[in-house]
Amino acid sequence: MTGHTFHRDREELHGITVVLAGRSGRTYVGRYHERGSRGVIMHDAAVHDPTTAELDRDAWLERMRAFGVRVSEKMLIVPDEEAGEIRKFG
Amino acid sequence: MRDEMTRMGAKELRTAAEVDATLADARGTMLVFVNSVCGCAAGNARPALAQALRHPVLPQQVLTVFAGQDLEATARARQFFPEYQPSSPSLALLRDGEVVHFIHRHQIEGRRPEAIAADLTAAFDRYCTPAVKSA
Repeated sequence: MTGHTFHRDREELHGITVVLAGRSGRTYVGRYHERGSRGVIMHDAAVHDPTTAELDRDAWLERMRAFGVRVSEKMLIVPDEEAGEIRKFG
Repeated sequence: MRDEMTRMGAKELRTAAEVDATLADARGTMLVFVNSVCGCAAGNARPALAQALRHPVLPQQVLTVFAGQDLEATARARQFFPEYQPSSPSLALLRDGEVVHFIHRHQIEGRRPEAIAADLTAAFDRYCTPAVKSA
């Protein structure tokens, strides 16, 4: 079994909650939808901005692992020039 | 899906009143499964729960609400674990009204039912008293 959800016509990460490292230093956590012409589309996403966040990135991620993703964006497009490494959250 | 849940022994709560009657002032152990009609993660969570419920150590009650369908019941159930962000599917194991173990959607997505069931049964072993099985 792969990590695919039931949508086998989609990318393997479709429907999976991921951590996307932004080149700006921001971090995005949300359910990966697809990588399209406008960038990476995520649903139910949370964003960590190190310039304004109360917690550092690792503590923020750890809190969401324990208590779930605190959604601030129902749908988010991270532009290609911002999108760095993407990995499964968990 | 509703039949699948009741067949495995879960009690479905469809109204806020049913949730209150079951969860308010509850003692003992109970598993609350916030179900989802989405086929992706829930399609792994339900068979995982079915496997876990064959374990010899079980919570005293297994309850389910359907997110996206029984909105009032789901919202009320989530009020019993407000520190956890709402997601579905998800599972909360409570003992005497306190959450002792929580499985989020992100811990279900893309995982085999066997792995999710193993997480659940480990929590049952840790937090639940042995179930008395009738002959």
